[in-house]
Order: sequence, then C-alpha cells, then structure tokens
Amino acid sequence: MEIIQQLVNGISLGSIYALIALGYTMVYGIVKLINFAHGDVFMVGSFVGFYSITFLHLSFFPALILSMVACAVFGVLIERIAYKPLRNATRIAALITAIGVSLLIENGMIFFRGAQLEAYPNDILPTNKIDILGVTVESKSLLILGVSVALMIILQFVVHKTKIGKAMRAVSHDAEAAKLMGINVDNTISATFAIGSSLAGAAGVIFGTYYYKIEPLMGVIPGLKAFVAAVLGGIGIIPGAMVGGLLLGVIESLVSAAGGSLWRDGVAFIVLILILIFMPQGIFGKNKREKV
Amino acid sequence: MIKLKQTKGFWLSILFAFVLFTIVQVVISSAMINFYFVNMILTMGIYIILAVSLHLIIGITGQFSIGHAGFLAVGAYTSAVFTMKLGQPLLIGLIAGGLAAAMAGMLIGIPSLRLKGDYLAIATLGFGEIVRITFFNIDYIGGPSGMMVSQLTTWPWVFGCMLLTILVIRNFTNSTHGRACISVREDEIAADAMGINTTYYKVVAFLIGSFFAGVGGALWAHNFYIIQPSQFGFLKSFDILIFVVLGGLGSMSGAVIAAILLTLVSMLLTEYPETRMIIYSLILIFTMLYRPRGLLGTKEVTSLFTNRRNKKGGPKDGNRHTVA
Repeated sequence: MEIIQQLVNGISLGSIYALIALGYTMVYGIVKLINFAHGDVFMVGSFVGFYSITFLHLSFFPALILSMVACAVFGVLIERIAYKPLRNATRIAALITAIGVSLLIENGMIFFRGAQLEAYPNDILPTNKIDILGVTVESKSLLILGVSVALMIILQFVVHKTKIGKAMRAVSHDAEAAKLMGINVDNTISATFAIGSSLAGAAGVIFGTYYYKIEPLMGVIPGLKAFVAAVLGGIGIIPGAMVGGLLLGVIESLVSAAGGSLWRDGVAFIVLILILIFMPQGIFGKNKREKV
Repeated sequence: MIKLKQTKGFWLSILFAFVLFTIVQVVISSAMINFYFVNMILTMGIYIILAVSLHLIIGITGQFSIGHAGFLAVGAYTSAVFTMKLGQPLLIGLIAGGLAAAMAGMLIGIPSLRLKGDYLAIATLGFGEIVRITFFNIDYIGGPSGMMVSQLTTWPWVFGCMLLTILVIRNFTNSTHGRACISVREDEIAADAMGINTTYYKVVAFLIGSFFAGVGGALWAHNFYIIQPSQFGFLKSFDILIFVVLGGLGSMSGAVIAAILLTLVSMLLTEYPETRMIIYSLILIFTMLYRPRGLLGTKEVTSLFTNRRNKKGGPKDGNRHTVA
C-alpha cells in the first residue's frame, strides 16, 4: 500500500508541475522562448495567495482567483516590457533576457520583503483522511487534484472552443500568416502570457496550501522541473505538458519511496537529459525536419 | 612582414603581462594593500579564467552553456581531494581538477551534439544541478557541509593559470580549429556542408573550456578555505555567463574587461547581495535590449589598434558577425 500512497503523493505533486508546465509550453509554442521567469511568476502567485489569505482573510477559492488575476497582469507586464522588444532578436538574446527577468523578480522580492520563509495557515482546507480501498488519502490532496484538473479542462475549452484560443493556435502555427488573416498577434501573445501566468499563480496557491512553506526562491526548482515536464511531454503541446507533469511527479515520488529522497531533485534533470538524447521531440511531439 | 608584426605584438603583450605581474606582486608582498584587496585581485584572476573558458564555448563556438558552475565544482572538488586527502602539491591538484572537469565536459559535450540553442542551455543547466546534487550526496567530501581546504592559492599561481588560459584560448581561436569553431557558431548547417566536422569541434570546445574552468575551480577551492555544493548552484553559472554576455559574445578581451569591472562592482556591494543581483539582472536585460552583442561585440580591444594601422585594406578579419 506504501507504493499507492506514494503514487497519490506523486500525482498531487505532478499536478502542480503540470499547471506550471502548461505556461511554459504555451509560451514556447507561440514565441519559441523558454520563459525562465515563469517559475518566479509561480512564486509571486504563491505570495499573493498568502497575503490575501492572511491579511484579507479570504478563503481558498477567492484567494486562488485573486492570485490568478494578479499573475495574469504580472505576466503580461513582463511580456510587454522585457520580451516584446526582443521578438525579432536571436533566441539566445531572448533567453538571456528571460534569465535576467527571473533573477530580477527573485531578488526584487528579497529586496522588498527579505528572504525569510512564510508559512501558509494550515486551516485553509479541511484535512480529513479518507479511506479508499485501504489507502488513506487526505481530502486536501483530492481537492487540489480536482482544482488542477478543472483548470486544465477550462484551458482545453479556452484553447479549442473560443476565438482567442483559435487565434493562439493560429499564431503558434504561423505568426506571419495569422497576421495577414487579421489576427492581432501582439494581443494574442499577451493573452497567452496571461493565461499561462494565471495557471502558474494557481499552482503557487495550491503549492502553498499543500506544502505550507513559501519563500522568494521557491520558484526556481519547481520552475525548472516544470520545464522538464514540458519537454517530457513535447514542448508546445498542451496535453503533453499535463501528462509530462504528472509523470514527472510520479517518477519523483517513486524515487523518494525507493530511498533516494536526497537524489529527488537530480532525477528530474537526469530524465531531462535522457529525454533530450533519446526522444527530443517528447512523448506527444512530432519529429520536425530541419530546414536550411 | 605581417608575421613579424604579429609576433611582435605577441611578445609585447607577454612583456606587458609580466610588467603587470611584477607590479601586483610587489604591491602584494610589500603589504601596501590589506588582505581584502589581495583577495579581490585573486578572485578577479579566477573569474577571468572562468570568463575566458566560457567565452570559448559560448562566444567562439556558439554553444549556449549555462552549467559552467558544474565544471567549476568538479575542478574544485577534485583538486581539493588531491591536495587535502591525498597530500599532493597544488600543481597536481590543478592538473587533476582540470582533467576531471575536461572529462565532465566531454560527458556533457557528447550529448550536446544532438541539441541546439535553448535545449542545450537547459541540458547544461540540468548537468550543473546533477553535479551539485551528486557532491551533496557524497560523504567522503563532506556532503552538504562541504570540505575544508587550506589556502594555497597565491598571485603567481593565479597569474600563471590566467596567462596560460588566455594564451591557449587565444591561439586556439586563431588556429584552423578555432576558425572551424567560429564557422559552427555562424551557421552550423553551412559549416557541415563545407566539410567541417561540427560534432568534433563542439566537443573540443567543451573539452578545452571545461578544462580551464576546472583549473579555475581548483584555484577557487584553495582560495576560500571551504567549498560547499551550495556555492556551485545556478547563480554561479549565471555570474560567469554575465561576464561573457556583457563583454560581448565572441570577444575575449570583452569578457576579461567585464570580469574585472563586475568583480569590482560586486566587491563594492558585498554587503548588499540582493542589490548586487538586481544590478546584475538589470545589466543583463538592458544589454540584451539595447546592445544585444555586448559591449565589444565580436571585436577585440587589440583590433582597435590594428584597424587603424591597416586603414587602407580595412579590417583583416571582417569581425562583423553576429552570434546565433
């Protein structure tokens, strides 16, 4: 039963990775940029959630929504200020800028509020233990899983059924052609950043309620791992990010269960290097031919 | 004639280097400056070694590697094991550190054949993290609490290694092999079509770059009394990256100047680490927004003089490329 317990933990962790990975993969799909600052948007979301719970005395869902809205605005600001001027620059220049933005957010946060830890109050969500076929599952992890799945379903709906989703798919397919068809490319890219960042904000609040401790550098490692998840599923592909995130969470939990908890952080990167070597297009990706 | 001029320039710069060496040595041994500044000069030298070694990988060969701290860590730990645990002299430690890092460079270089651009960046970042976590889990070298290392690094060692690094990488860049590396940077597919073994040159660049990073790591370990895995995280890679980016991707003198300037800046701001990082990140963002090729682009400081001399023929090596 130990294994199943670990699987449940892995899925909860994996759903957080999946939510962050969605932002990475959407942004990569549309502007071909690894948005390094995405992990820090996740951190900011977590802090917005924390402050709205402790100072504004909101309950879980209003805090979640507030954090998502704040992160969406923040994500659009980052895109407009830092990335938009570089849209025609080389990819390495954009990548270096993204690293710069990420460090700026982290250290700006430390500068304004200090590097100390904060702890989410532990009574935000009811903590009942539920017995399912002999496995004890916290009601909290089920709720978190439910919220993540709901967000992913909403995302699928937005991407496939709405006008903006159609525009996003068109721009990621061919930005030039989309522009000729009358799609406002700039707004579409901003919308992508907004949606991706709001998912990261949601992931931040969920992370806080699940693991309690938050700090200004908390976004670095989950951000990188979420990127690994996005690559694992095939970068640029939305269902790929979900599957990749869940898979990575489960792999990590199984490694911890096998006694390698100190190696847990390394596993994601080993997975990444193996994926890049043997299957660079990811699980759902198609092989692209290089054009000269 | 040109050949003679080149060798003349070479010996002039060697002479200049030795004058610099003697001045600094005299200043240090006459105790004119306190320990703090001596340490700053040593740190500067080590950073120059690291910046130049990364310059070969990013600036010359165009392989965007952000795991340089991994090589630094490998060099630091290997040399520390050799000097502290096996009782070897520093020289053996330096060579061992360099060789171990070169091995690691080859390990990461071989998969890098298949990866390009941002994928390679992430893979090297992952490699750096794996190295850090590995050292974290080895009890022989102290695990998370690190390893005590006695202070053996002195100015002559730092200077010797720095000179060697600059000479080797400069000569490599100007050799046939270096030209091949530059062609890989400019257009890998075209280079391939011209019959250049791009894979081979990428691995060679990683090998040489990581060797010197390892030597830098060895000096580093013997300068700061203690080494811990947490010192070699992503931020350390980033510290080295910013030298190369700010100085100009493809300009060795740019990397050296940036290393000197930024070490001064960070020494002035040691008491405010967040402010330092905020300034660094702003430098990075604004460099990319307004001068994406860095301060010097692909030019060298020395080309300022040669250009004037060759006014009639224009610049000899049309250094007007961009880095991919």
